[in-house]
Amino acid sequence: MIKNISNLGDAAVYCDFGDEVNKEINSKVINYFQNLKDFKFEGITNLTPSYNKLIVSFDLSITNFEKTKKIIENLEIKKNHSISKKKIQIPICCEKEYALDLKKLERKLNKPTDEILETFFSKEYFCYMTGFIAGMPFLGDIDKNLHAKRLETPRVKVPKGSIGLTEQFCNIYTFESPGGWNIIGNTPLNVFNSLNEDNPNLINPGDTVSFFKINKEKYKNYNE
Amino acid sequence: MSENFFKVIRAGINTTFQDLGRSNLNHIGIPISGVMDKRNYIIANKILQNVPSHPIIEFAYQGPKLVYYGEPLNILVSGDVKFKIFKNKNEIEGKCYEIITLEDHDEIDLISTNKSVYGYLAIGADLNIDYQWKSCSINTKANIGSNNGKKLQDNQKIEVSKIKELSRRKLDHINSKIENIRVIKGTNFHYFSKESQANFFKKEYSVTKLTDRMGMRLEGQRLDNIVNTNIKSEGLVKGVIQIPADGNPIIMLADHGTIGGYPKIATVISADFDKLSQLTPGSKIKFKEVNLKDAETIFKLYEMETNNIISKIL
Repeated sequence: MIKNISNLGDAAVYCDFGDEVNKEINSKVINYFQNLKDFKFEGITNLTPSYNKLIVSFDLSITNFEKTKKIIENLEIKKNHSISKKKIQIPICCEKEYALDLKKLERKLNKPTDEILETFFSKEYFCYMTGFIAGMPFLGDIDKNLHAKRLETPRVKVPKGSIGLTEQFCNIYTFESPGGWNIIGNTPLNVFNSLNEDNPNLINPGDTVSFFKINKEKYKNYNE
Repeated sequence: MSENFFKVIRAGINTTFQDLGRSNLNHIGIPISGVMDKRNYIIANKILQNVPSHPIIEFAYQGPKLVYYGEPLNILVSGDVKFKIFKNKNEIEGKCYEIITLEDHDEIDLISTNKSVYGYLAIGADLNIDYQWKSCSINTKANIGSNNGKKLQDNQKIEVSKIKELSRRKLDHINSKIENIRVIKGTNFHYFSKESQANFFKKEYSVTKLTDRMGMRLEGQRLDNIVNTNIKSEGLVKGVIQIPADGNPIIMLADHGTIGGYPKIATVISADFDKLSQLTPGSKIKFKEVNLKDAETIFKLYEMETNNIISKIL
């Protein structure tokens, strides 16, 4: 299932599941991740799944690349590991002050705002992974007609709650952060809660997300 | 309410509580964090006879100025730090790696780090601070950890309890500098032109001001990507050197993003993290290639050296 295993520096194993990004490969990554997580072997400091890679970091004072690689290779993978499969609805306000890049997107995609939003809201999105910043979900795949490149110059500060698009993916900025995705709106919903240590992320890999539109008034009153 | 506490007169530039960080949370986007210079952290806690994961106050460049109220308490400063102690208006020049006993109303002014970035103030008592995911380490970007995930502020209090028995221990130690950063070639090394591959190991790179606990940005001979300036976003580990479209290296440090989409040209070996973190803006470095086996051996030597330093505590 893993196409190639190599070292990433001296304290991590780089498991390559292929170059494509699709649900099937991603499910394999998540399944491996879950199995390794349950196995709980000594010295592992992090498991970082992404679209089609899994990085296993370890403490070099406890174990090493060869030993960790062997464990990964010999791991008995239980199929159909229960992964999160929640359906989550996210409200977004797409009015001017929140939709920072909609005008730019109109030009990039050569489509009016209404059509862009209608296409975007009509689909459900699969969560491939979470990360970069705490709790940020990487969702896909958005309609072919909405594929756009990153901003040429990334923003130094993308506001918390922003919904961004790039290529076949969309995401939610869980914190104010630098970033280069095309921002089409903002959610008042808190997507990451560090006080809930067992389950801080609202959205987890395997979940399905759909978005619905709210107006400014609703947005402002959302958390009251 | 604790009766023993520090009051922060001046917080310093980037003063945080740190320990060894929190592991196994990368998959939800939370990096390990923890101290930038692990050796100096280990040494400080050893001299004070604290447990290995005891919280420490980490500061960058200019440290905090604190006044202490309470029962006599041992503290220790590690790194290369200029500091002063004020006892009843008497000014005492501080010495790193030597236990100092603070008494009621004494002050400590951690003026600056010398030709290095991070310094540490270790305390011979429990700190009354919060833990998140079993670590007090503050990650200011995600507001995670003790102190509500924020760096220390002027006028705040740091309460301590369970003060340890006083003792007098010290160590003669000088931190050495590093010029050659040893790396293992990365998964996208072949994304770069032959000339850039050679330049990466031949040319000097300088540390820029855009360097913090998340990452270190370098400047130097531009590295030309001939395949793709983006990869499909994937996991990152501490030490990874990413090359964005502008061709200048960025090295991932303790608070790095857990996922990134820039090609990985190389990864710094674990044994060089401490000294890498201490490089000030303007420092010139060169990358030197080592293989995995060498890196593992160098790491064993690094651990032996740490133990050797510790064994010299008097």
